[in-house]
Amino acid sequence: MNESQEMVKLTINNIPIEVPKGTKIMQAAQTIGIDIPHLCYHEDQRIKAHCRLCSVEVTGKKRLLAACSTEVWEGMDVHTDTQIVRDTQVSILQLMLANHHKDCLSCPRNQNCDLQRLCSRFNILESHLPSVVKEEPRIETNPSIVRDPSKCIRCGRCIRACKDVQGIAALTYAGRSSDIVVTTAFNKPMEATDCILCGQCSLVCPTGAIVEKDDTQKVLDALQDNTKHVIVQVAPSVRVALGDAFGLEPGAIVTGQMVTALKLLGFDKVFDTNFGADLTIMEEGHEFLHRLNNDGVLPMMTSCSPGWVNYMEKHFPSCIDHLSSAKSPMSMFGAIAKTYYAQQAGLKPQEIVTVSIMPCTAKKFEAARPEMGRDGYQDVDIVLTTRELIKLIKYVGLSIGKLPENDFDSPLGLASGAGAIFGATGGVMEAALRTVYEKVTGKTLEKVEFMDVRGFDGIKEATIHLPGRDVRIAVAHTLKNARKIMEQVKKGTSPYDFIEIMACPGGCIGGGGQPIGTTNAIRKQRIAALYEIDRTLPIRKSHENPDIQTLYQDFLGEPLSERAHELLHTHYHKVDKPYQFD
Amino acid sequence: MSTQVRFLTKNFGAYDVSSIGAYMNIGGFKALRKAVTMDPEDICTMLSDAKIRGRGGAEYPLGRKWSQARAVKGENKVIICNADEGETTTFKDRELIKNDPFNLIEAMIIAGFVCGATDGYIYMRAEYACYRPILLNAIRQAKNYGFLGENILGKGFDFNIHLYSGGGAYVCGEGTALIRSIEGKAGRPRMKPPFIKVSGVFARPTCLNNVESLSLVPHLLLDKDTYMNCGMGESIGTKLVSVAGNVNNPGVFEIPFGTTVRDIIYNLAGGLQHDREIQLIQFGGASGKVSDASILDTPYTYDDLRAAGVMVGSGGMLVIDKRTSVLDFLRMNQEFFSEESCGQCTPCREGNLHIKIILDKLAKGEATEQDIKTMGTIAKVMSMSSLCGLGETAQNTLQSAMKKFPEVFDLGGTQA
Repeated sequence: MNESQEMVKLTINNIPIEVPKGTKIMQAAQTIGIDIPHLCYHEDQRIKAHCRLCSVEVTGKKRLLAACSTEVWEGMDVHTDTQIVRDTQVSILQLMLANHHKDCLSCPRNQNCDLQRLCSRFNILESHLPSVVKEEPRIETNPSIVRDPSKCIRCGRCIRACKDVQGIAALTYAGRSSDIVVTTAFNKPMEATDCILCGQCSLVCPTGAIVEKDDTQKVLDALQDNTKHVIVQVAPSVRVALGDAFGLEPGAIVTGQMVTALKLLGFDKVFDTNFGADLTIMEEGHEFLHRLNNDGVLPMMTSCSPGWVNYMEKHFPSCIDHLSSAKSPMSMFGAIAKTYYAQQAGLKPQEIVTVSIMPCTAKKFEAARPEMGRDGYQDVDIVLTTRELIKLIKYVGLSIGKLPENDFDSPLGLASGAGAIFGATGGVMEAALRTVYEKVTGKTLEKVEFMDVRGFDGIKEATIHLPGRDVRIAVAHTLKNARKIMEQVKKGTSPYDFIEIMACPGGCIGGGGQPIGTTNAIRKQRIAALYEIDRTLPIRKSHENPDIQTLYQDFLGEPLSERAHELLHTHYHKVDKPYQFD
Repeated sequence: MSTQVRFLTKNFGAYDVSSIGAYMNIGGFKALRKAVTMDPEDICTMLSDAKIRGRGGAEYPLGRKWSQARAVKGENKVIICNADEGETTTFKDRELIKNDPFNLIEAMIIAGFVCGATDGYIYMRAEYACYRPILLNAIRQAKNYGFLGENILGKGFDFNIHLYSGGGAYVCGEGTALIRSIEGKAGRPRMKPPFIKVSGVFARPTCLNNVESLSLVPHLLLDKDTYMNCGMGESIGTKLVSVAGNVNNPGVFEIPFGTTVRDIIYNLAGGLQHDREIQLIQFGGASGKVSDASILDTPYTYDDLRAAGVMVGSGGMLVIDKRTSVLDFLRMNQEFFSEESCGQCTPCREGNLHIKIILDKLAKGEATEQDIKTMGTIAKVMSMSSLCGLGETAQNTLQSAMKKFPEVFDLGGTQA
C-alpha cells in the first residue's frame, strides 16, 4: 500500500479496516477475507453493476449498494450478511436459474462455472421459480466458438471484452426487458460478422454461454485408431498456463510434465511449436530483409496471430499486402510434419494426424483454411485449446504438478529461446531481431534481450540500428491498439518498418483459449515465465537451432526458397461481411 | 370549495404560442432580464426558500440541485429539460409545452445562466412529436431576438437550446438512460457514479430538470409572493396534477398544495362517472403507490401523502372505480413494467417477469402461499437492489397494494 495515499477507515461486518481512498467495497472486503458474490464484475473490465449480486447494506442508506461500484467512505458501516442481503443474493441467483438451461452435466463449463459455483455456495439446488428459459439451439456454425444463448445470464462481460479490449463490438445487447439478449449484428453467425474468433468473450463468460468448439473427442478417436500416426505440437504459451487448472501458481512452468502427460495420453510423438516458431523467424526475418532491400511493401506486419489475420482480412482488406506471407508457427510445423517428417518417418501424409495445442480459438479456424494444406490434406488436422488439453489430462486422471518430466521428441522438438518467447507480446519481434541483426551485420549479438519491446504497454516502439539504415519497429497487442497502428498504415503515414501484432492481451499467453480465470495479473506472470524459459535455454536464436539448420540443409534449401515458399508461405484475402457500414 | 389557481398556468391561453412578440407583450423574458442582474447564488437561495422539489417524481430539491450544478467544476455545462413524460396517467408537462413554450425556453436560459451552462437540451418523448414545431419555432424566435446564442442580453454569456425526440422507451425518463439516448446510444441506464452532475451528456457536467420544475422559475422570479402564499406546511406553492381514469372531467389542474384529494377528484375532475364508488387511486404514475378511498380527506402535500402511504411523484392521479378489480389493475400495471424494463440488471429484468407470472396465477386461482411470499420477496429485492430508479420503483404499486388490499393476496380457504 502506498504510504502517501489517503486512507479511509470503515467497518465491514463490524470488523474495522483501513483501505486507500477510492477502494471499492468489494476489494475492501477481500482484504479481510470476505468474498462478496459477483457475476458481471471482472477485475480487468469497466464496472457494469448489472447483476446486482454484490448488493450490500450500508448503514444510513435506504437501498442496498453495489459493492463492485461503490467506493468506501470514512466511517462507512457495511454489512454483507444481513437478511435482506441474503434474500437478494438468493433471489437473484434463483431468478437467473429460472432463465438458464440447468443441464450442467452436458455443459462444457460444468464444475468451472461461476453461476454453478455460487448456487453451490448458497445451497441452491434448484430454482423454486418456473423456468422461463427460451428454447434456443446452440450455434455451432464456425470451427472456433460455440454460443449457447440459453445459458446466457446477460452479464455483459463478453460485450465488454469485445468492445473495450478488442475494439470490435461484434457482440451487443439487443431488445429489452426479459427479451434482452446478447447477440451479433442482425443475429448473424459470429463468423459472418465483425468477429475475428479470438475467443476473448469465451474467456470472460461466467457460464457456458460462449465456449470453444470442443474437439477433444476427435483426438481421443484418432488416438484409438491404429492406422493413424498421431503427433502433437504444443504452443509456447501453453506450458506456462496449463498449471493454473491443476492448482499450481500462475505462470508455473510445466513443460516437462506436459510432455509426459501427452505421452501418457498416447500420442506417437510429442513435438514443440517452438520449433515452428524458429522456422517462422527464419522465413519471416528473411522476408523482412528481402522487402527492406528490394523496395517491398513496408511496414511488414507479422501474421502469426490468426485473430489478427482475420481482423486484417475483415477490417483492413486494403492493407493485406503489409502482412508477412509467412505462415504461423503452427501451420509451418504442420506443413513440415506432413512432408519432411513424413519422409523421415516413412509415412504417407494421410497416415499422420497432426494435433496442435494452442492458447487460441482462432487457430481452429486457421487450421481449417483451405490454403493451409495441399494434395487434399490439411497441415494441421485438429486444434485443441489449452482448456481442451486440460480436459483431456483430467480425462485420463493425471495431475500435472506431480508428473515426472520428459523431453520433447526429435526432430521437431528442439527449439531456441527465441521460439519460446513467441508466446508473449513483443516476443516475435524480439526473436526476429535476434536473427535479422546477426544476418545483416554478420556480428554476434552481445545482448539478445530487446527490452524496448517487452512489457504490457499497448503499443511499444523502438529503433534498431542496422548498417546502412535504422529500422523502426512497433509492437501492439489487442486489436484496439492494432487499430491505432492500422489507421496510420492505411493512410500511408506509418513511421514503422516492421510491426508485430498479437490479437489478444499480452499475446498468446492471454489467448482466448487459455484457462478460465485468466486475468491481466496472471498474464503478466505467464510472460515472466516465458522470459525465464528463454533465459535458461542454451540456444536463444532461431538460426542457431541445429535441427532448423539440418532442415534447411536436407530439405528446404535456403529461406524463401521455392520449396519454402510452397510449404511455409501463404496469401491472405479480403473477407466480405453480409453488411457494410463504412 | 377550492378551485384551481393560476400561477404556473397563468399564461395558458393568454398569448399566441407561435409568436415571441405576443409572449413579450404579456411580460415574456422579463424574468430573464431580471435574473441576469442577480447573483446566481441568490436565485438558488430563492428556489431553496420556496422549497421547490423536482416535479419529475424523484422530489429532489431544485435549489440544491442548481447550487450543486453551479459548484461543479468543468466547461461546457449542460442543462437538460426532461420532457420524456412517460408515467402513465401523467400529462402535465405536455400542457406546459403546448400552452406556454416560451416560458420553458426562458426558464432554460435562466437555468443556463445560473448554472454556468453553454447548452440546453430538451429531451421530449416520442409521443409528443406533434409539439416539436411549437418548440422549434420558440427556439428559433428566441435566437432571432438574441435570447439565445452569444452574449445574451449583453451579459457575456452564451447559451443554445437543442431539441431531441426520444425513441419511445419509458426508461429514457431516467437521467442516465436519457443521456445515453441523446448521445445516440441505446437508452439504458448506467450505474452511478459518475453522477450526471459531474459527467452527464457527452461527459459534460449536466443539470437535469423536469419541465414543470423549470417552468416555475420565471414566474417565481417575478412574483415570489403569490407562490409563497400558496400551499401548506413544508409544501409551498402550487402543483400541477393530472387526473385520469374513471372521472367525469379528466385533465390537468393547478392546485395550491393542501387541496384535499377529495376536492381534486370531486370538484376539479368532476367526480366519478355515474357516481360510481372508488376502488383505488394510484398516485404518481405507474411507479406510484395506491390507496383506497380512505385517503380522500388527506391534503395533497408531500408530507401528508407520504404519511398516507402514497406520494406526489409525478403528480399523476389515476382514479379507478369498482368495476375494475385491484388484481386486474395490478396485472395491467405489471404488464407495463414487464415490457419497459431495460433488461440490464437481473432483479428488474427477471423480477418483473416472475411477478407478472405470479399475478396471472393469482388471477386464475392457481397461486400458492409460497407464490405470494416469493412475490413479496422479489418485489422487495427489486426495490432494494435494482440498478436504476425504474427497477427500484416498479413494485411500488404492488407493495402498497399488498398493504392496502391484503384481502386480494389472502388465499384463505381456497387453497387445498
